[in-house]
Amino acid sequence: MDMNEIKEIFFQECEEQLAELESGLLRLNDGDRDPETVNAVFRAVHSIKGGAGAFGLDDLVSFAHVFETTLDCVRSNKLEPTQEVLKVMLKSADVLADLTNVARDGGSVDQARSAQLIRELEALAKGEAPPAASAAEPAAPKAVAAKPTPVAKAAPVEPVVNEHGFAPVAFSFDDFGGDEDATVNDLPAYDIVFKPKSELYTKGNEATLLLRDLSRLGEMSIHCNMDSLPPLDQMDPEAAYFSWKVSIKTDKGEDAIRSVFEFAEWDCDLEVTALEAGEVSEASSDDLPMQPVPFDLSALDGDLDVPLGVVEEEEQIAAAQEAAVAAAETASNVLQMAGNASRAAASEKSAAAAAATAQNNAQQASSAAAPTIRVDLDRVDRLINLVGELVINQAMLSQSVIENDSNGVSSINMGLEELQQLTREIQDSVMAIRAQPVKPVFQRMARTVREIADITGKSVRLVTEGENTEVDKTVIDKLAEPLTHMIRNAVDHGLEMPEKRLAAGKSAEGTVKLTAKHRSGRIVIELSDDGAGINREKVRQKAIDNDLIAADANLSDEEIDNLIFHAGFSTADKVSDLSGRGVGMDVVKRSIQALGGRINISSKPGHGSVFTMSLPLTLAVLDGMVVTVAGQTLVVPLTAIVETLQPDAAAIHSFGATQRLISIRNSFCPLVDVGRILNFRATQANPVEGVALLVESEGGGQRALMVDAIQGQRQVVIKSLEANYTHVPGIAAATILGDGRVALILDVDAVVSASRGQSLQLESSLAAAG
Amino acid sequence: MTYLAKNLTNGGRELIAFRIGDQEFCVNVMSVREIRGWTPATPMPHAPRYVLGVINLRGAVLPIIDLSARLGMRPAEPTVRHVIIVTQVKDKVVGLLVEAVSDILTIKDEDIQPTPDMTSEFERTFARGILAIEGRMICLIELEAVFPHSESEAA
Repeated sequence: MDMNEIKEIFFQECEEQLAELESGLLRLNDGDRDPETVNAVFRAVHSIKGGAGAFGLDDLVSFAHVFETTLDCVRSNKLEPTQEVLKVMLKSADVLADLTNVARDGGSVDQARSAQLIRELEALAKGEAPPAASAAEPAAPKAVAAKPTPVAKAAPVEPVVNEHGFAPVAFSFDDFGGDEDATVNDLPAYDIVFKPKSELYTKGNEATLLLRDLSRLGEMSIHCNMDSLPPLDQMDPEAAYFSWKVSIKTDKGEDAIRSVFEFAEWDCDLEVTALEAGEVSEASSDDLPMQPVPFDLSALDGDLDVPLGVVEEEEQIAAAQEAAVAAAETASNVLQMAGNASRAAASEKSAAAAAATAQNNAQQASSAAAPTIRVDLDRVDRLINLVGELVINQAMLSQSVIENDSNGVSSINMGLEELQQLTREIQDSVMAIRAQPVKPVFQRMARTVREIADITGKSVRLVTEGENTEVDKTVIDKLAEPLTHMIRNAVDHGLEMPEKRLAAGKSAEGTVKLTAKHRSGRIVIELSDDGAGINREKVRQKAIDNDLIAADANLSDEEIDNLIFHAGFSTADKVSDLSGRGVGMDVVKRSIQALGGRINISSKPGHGSVFTMSLPLTLAVLDGMVVTVAGQTLVVPLTAIVETLQPDAAAIHSFGATQRLISIRNSFCPLVDVGRILNFRATQANPVEGVALLVESEGGGQRALMVDAIQGQRQVVIKSLEANYTHVPGIAAATILGDGRVALILDVDAVVSASRGQSLQLESSLAAAG
Repeated sequence: MTYLAKNLTNGGRELIAFRIGDQEFCVNVMSVREIRGWTPATPMPHAPRYVLGVINLRGAVLPIIDLSARLGMRPAEPTVRHVIIVTQVKDKVVGLLVEAVSDILTIKDEDIQPTPDMTSEFERTFARGILAIEGRMICLIELEAVFPHSESEAA
């Protein structure tokens, strides 16, 4: 596993953490005051910061740090999570997401915005909670400008490892004596009890490094407590037995001390006690259960280039010296000391375990809900492919058995039916693996709503329903873009300004509602707003101006509403930041159709609009109409077909040299011979002998596709043509039918757009594209 | 395996030889995935003449190339006696329609003679060398030049 893979995992985790963060903040926003929610939010930011630190993503770390500090205020009830506070936090979550994306994909982030938010967060942390903050650190007068005492000095004693593998505890006396001037004594002193749990080591943390970091804060003395060290034969080499008691004098404050242990916080017991000046030495020597054994920390970690000098209090020197000598003489001394202490170890251990359990409980509570595993998408796809094979094979087998078994009552037939049942169940289960709740997309929409509300100055509330509705991951991935666009439209064009809303007797806050549900094997996503609805007069006028409809056209309300899906249609009076991108609802409709879906709008003037999208649950299978063209079997996606009809000779009209039109209920629709377009035959077939499929393509154009015959409707498994071949114009993909042969799936949009030009040009352009 | 390994260490390589018309060709055995019988292919629209169409190879869509037409000879009229050599070049799997597989050869690199100094398009594009085996002449084919995708890249 190389660094990039680890980084990739980090970013995957970031995504989860960001989702957790956002949903937590939204819960808080809805009035949830469960401390666990705050904790979850805090943990999410904390984890991102931790990971980012490991990869040297400084921007991310610094922002996450400020964010975390403010969240900590909320966590410790110093800051009330009001709507205003949460607004800032939600924005911060957005910036954090941006920073994460930038760290992964490159690019740049809006520096001004993140700087502004950092200021706001800091103001929240400091400005609104000063009394609580200062109460928490009474002994940390940050204003004292004392010079920090450097403590890292080279240890003069070379560690010698004896035959038991124990290094003698070395000790530096360099700093003793005259060093204790008044400044040092005046510095605030802290007693720190640091007791790592085994998890600390399993997570790759190192007590030595933490203590070394701590030593940078000021003058300190370290005592290792080895009471819990069991005899050698009972020792678990991976368990944590030592704890350290540190006395430190520093002007950096308690926060600085705690921040040293930041990433080990969950895996150790840490007590930081602020002491009155002069209290230091008594406290440390009295509390110690045994003679202090000073440690040369460099002996613990051979990689450290800078050996750590340990500063001791003057009155402890003699005792310490003895201990050091004793330890150096033989390792058995240490073992004996440990042995004496081992009696107490058992009870201490269980106490520590209990504490650990209590602390981890909160963390586990959130994650224990549903155990999940992360699986490579390729593996799932491979499984889905194989199951697709199984289904096809089973169909082939059934077909041949039915052909050879005329009475149809043999046991083979019974077994086949069960096999069919089983394969269908397997297929459903495998498809369910790819299915994911739409929740992540809906959460992204929450952010979109916030941003647009900010820009437009409107007050918007997003209500989501059915966010656990599941749909294929590919569909989810492709859903975000059209949905974002629609949400933008709903807020930008749909909702009125607060004053206008109040004047219309509505609440100042507009509501945008996003719901998802399953309906007859498809997922239906509804986006509704309680805005002004579609201004039909305006839409109609615009359509007339743009030559989309005739000035005297008689259109139903529904038809007018659907005009907004035409290309280049925008009713916004001014080109705003949101809608001025040259893309309109036609793009939305096209992306939904590309997913095999349909989109509809219904609007009530004064009450808002409802967009309804119906999408297939998966892109791995497709409902198709199996047709015959020039002796070949083709599949036409069912979603594209509006109706099928048997053309009447009287309904066919020649138009120019090669074009033919078919009249359907008094409107004329171009006839397209699929066999001719795909070059399966040299001349156009006689339309009266075939069947016409009325299809609707992007841009709303209707065409009547001529095919020779309809074989039936079937669900087919989509197979890529590009994998071993190249893209074929006019063909979307391939599938395998029950007889084991490959059938091509027609790309209706490509065929329709190809039919717009002259057929000869079409062929040359298609050939050139191939 | 040991047989193969021995030959490989001796600088040997294995080739699969097959017949098209009265000529013999061969490809490296390492790029051959399997050999299977002919099944009718689904024709592809707008495909070059030598692409017979696609077949179902255990769920994958496998394009079939009429090697005879590809090499500029008479297009094949596939019968049940024809075989498809399923080959892999780079990340694509393609089937080659040939008349019959004739032999598996173990040769050394020095057995491969350079193609004679002629200027027809066929040999420049597809032939990597020729072999003289028991009085027969076998042409070693460069698979990458055969596949349509590499052709479209070149165009």
